[in-house]
Amino acid sequence: MEKEQFYYDNKIVKMFLWATILWGVVGMLVGLLVALLFVFPGLLEFAGADNAISWLSFGRLRPLHTNAVIFAFVGNGIFLGVYYSTQRLLKARMFNDVLSRIHFWGWQAIIVAAAITLPLGLTSSKEYAELEWPIDIAVVLIWVVFGINLIGTILKRRQRHIYVAIWFYIATLVTIAVLYIFNNLEMPVTAFKSYSVYSGVQDALVQWWYGHNAVAFFLTTPILGLMYYFVPKVANRPVYSYRLSIIHFWTLIFLYIWAGPHHLLYTALPEWAQNLGTVFSIMLIFPSWGGMINGLLTLRGAWDKVRENPVLKFFVVAITGYGMATFEGPMLSFKNLNAIGHYTDWIVGHVHIGALAWNGFMIAGIVYWLAEKLWKTELYSRKLANTHFWLGTLGILFYAIPLYVAGFTQAFMWKQFNPDGTLVYGNFLETVTQVLPMYAMRAIGGTLYLTGFILLAINVIKTAKAGSAVEDELAEAAALKKISGKRVAGEGFHTWLERKTVLFTILTTVAILIGGLVEIVPLILVKSNIPTIESVKPYTPLELEGRDIYIREGCNNCHSQMIRPFRSEVERYGEYSKAGEFVYDFPFLWGSRRTGPDVHRIGGKYNDNWHFNHMLDPRSTSPGSIMPRYSWLIKNDLNASDVEKKMEGLVGLGVPYSEEEIAGAKQQLLAQAKQIEENLRQDPEFVKNYGSSNMQNKEIVALIAYLQRLGTDIKAGQTALK
Amino acid sequence: MLKFIKHNLEGIDGVEIYPIISLLLFFLVFITMIVFVFKLPKRRIDEVSQLPLDNDNNIKQLKHE
Repeated sequence: MEKEQFYYDNKIVKMFLWATILWGVVGMLVGLLVALLFVFPGLLEFAGADNAISWLSFGRLRPLHTNAVIFAFVGNGIFLGVYYSTQRLLKARMFNDVLSRIHFWGWQAIIVAAAITLPLGLTSSKEYAELEWPIDIAVVLIWVVFGINLIGTILKRRQRHIYVAIWFYIATLVTIAVLYIFNNLEMPVTAFKSYSVYSGVQDALVQWWYGHNAVAFFLTTPILGLMYYFVPKVANRPVYSYRLSIIHFWTLIFLYIWAGPHHLLYTALPEWAQNLGTVFSIMLIFPSWGGMINGLLTLRGAWDKVRENPVLKFFVVAITGYGMATFEGPMLSFKNLNAIGHYTDWIVGHVHIGALAWNGFMIAGIVYWLAEKLWKTELYSRKLANTHFWLGTLGILFYAIPLYVAGFTQAFMWKQFNPDGTLVYGNFLETVTQVLPMYAMRAIGGTLYLTGFILLAINVIKTAKAGSAVEDELAEAAALKKISGKRVAGEGFHTWLERKTVLFTILTTVAILIGGLVEIVPLILVKSNIPTIESVKPYTPLELEGRDIYIREGCNNCHSQMIRPFRSEVERYGEYSKAGEFVYDFPFLWGSRRTGPDVHRIGGKYNDNWHFNHMLDPRSTSPGSIMPRYSWLIKNDLNASDVEKKMEGLVGLGVPYSEEEIAGAKQQLLAQAKQIEENLRQDPEFVKNYGSSNMQNKEIVALIAYLQRLGTDIKAGQTALK
Repeated sequence: MLKFIKHNLEGIDGVEIYPIISLLLFFLVFITMIVFVFKLPKRRIDEVSQLPLDNDNNIKQLKHE
């Protein structure tokens, strides 16, 4: 049969390779910075303690770190591997060069937009989905471009059978699209402000359905696809069991999507949804470990190569990290272990095993291997790559182990009681200062890892300089013969399915939708899932503005608003949180980590002056606190010009503000602000220092109003559920 | 926004059965998949698992620029 000649597009692969390295350094650097803020809270107060810089505060930098690592570093790393392997596996150039370029530059533009807007405090507050609505739309558009390019390439392929790696790419493509769109359904109120269309419990469930599956379908399935291509390729032997890889694929995508509620155990989420999450999370260990074993056993009989080849070393640690993280995941889904791990550093350690070992090392291995292929030369220094490997591995251990210790220590301190029934560590801060040495060690681990990665950057730059780039690589393969769309004689069902790309994609979509529907549809439908509490009322205009400041400053990155029904938590924080209390919370702000204490029942606990002083200098009210100073809140005027628009937006989502309330919003806001200033003036110290500064017009007043409202609706009256 | 979707779904008779159907579907598909996988012929499995490896060996690679 006649062979056709064509060129692989190596240039696009190279572009993504450079982007991966660049954003890897940036993302890890921001990570190190936020790690250092735990140990030196005043590190970034360059302009003096009274002039803290808003865009360098922890609450704004932490989302920058997570987004940069997930979407910029790992994202570009995925595209790098996908663009290289897809062309080779399908024996075809990418569908369209222009689409490839739009995908690349569009993705980088989104990253830059994120890097600007997140420090500015433009955030939706939903973890790993913080970007505001205009950027969300751009993400969807660029994702569609990627989709057309990928499916287009599959359709014009010269290889009949679609290798398992490509299936993982297809699953990634469709699932991320579905998740991203549903979790980011927002009601825009201004150019850069929107409210989630879901509230409270529903928002929490949708968010963690997304959050969990973003880990699954952005940080796991595409990397598994890369594993199934690059591990056999580098080891030069076929995958251990192709049968296992088919089972791995279908079980993984089927089960993963159900497991989201394990992020919400012991919260106000209905019991059945929690149990569903637990059961599926535990089942998930089987496909995960099947995949890990398949990856590691591919190297059977090739362990001598692992000793010599740094690329394989990276792969082995990466796959082992995958195994560790996917063992830990189901364990953390058991309710008794989750009660310990949730809100602590254990979770942070757990995700970094995934990010540093599984994602980071997989991508590092691929980058080293591709550097030789793309520039047709030997790696500049194998020794340097080996140094990177050891620095990275040590970095992972120094990162994760202290955080496991910190997590357990803190969890047990939170729960410890005196014989007389009081808490041993009644002051939350004691449990923070106890684990500070662990935070210092974590920062050292991060430094080691980042140093290793910088060595990679140097190594690849030197390799590129020494080699010569081949932008379009010539290849040849026979065109596909047209065969019947139906199954041909002797062809198995799955064999047939594999060549029917569109049908395959639809089936994959159905597989992931089933789990989502089972979880979410009943919660939306059945009213009894969220008991209504009569005394729960919508926020006042000033509280609403305060809540938006809370979101802008990213307070939810360190403070939960969800008291679990444990004796230790009720003793510490007050009455446990009820689902019905959150019906007007667009979006929900339950948080996922307690670097500071829970604030759901903070309302009325301290007076307005305490909050004022605490925001200005947390160390003045709470010695040893590691919270940032928020001095700009007392300098910035509150911009409430959109408050009516915001309320109208919320009415559209079902919040019962009357027309009179909206019309009189500004007056009501001012009245409440005046009252708070009056309260503040009770303190002679305040009058002495800020007596002339017209505090009622400042942002701090709105934030105090919101904090004083938190959790008071059911304190005020009937806790009885209707 | 959500209330519009909700309203339509609530209108469906017997909508409670959907989750149960989904669960059954899931197990059915799962079992079927396992059966098909084990029925796949060995020859084809070997052929497909060679896919990542055969690029460099079978296809002449030329430098182009």
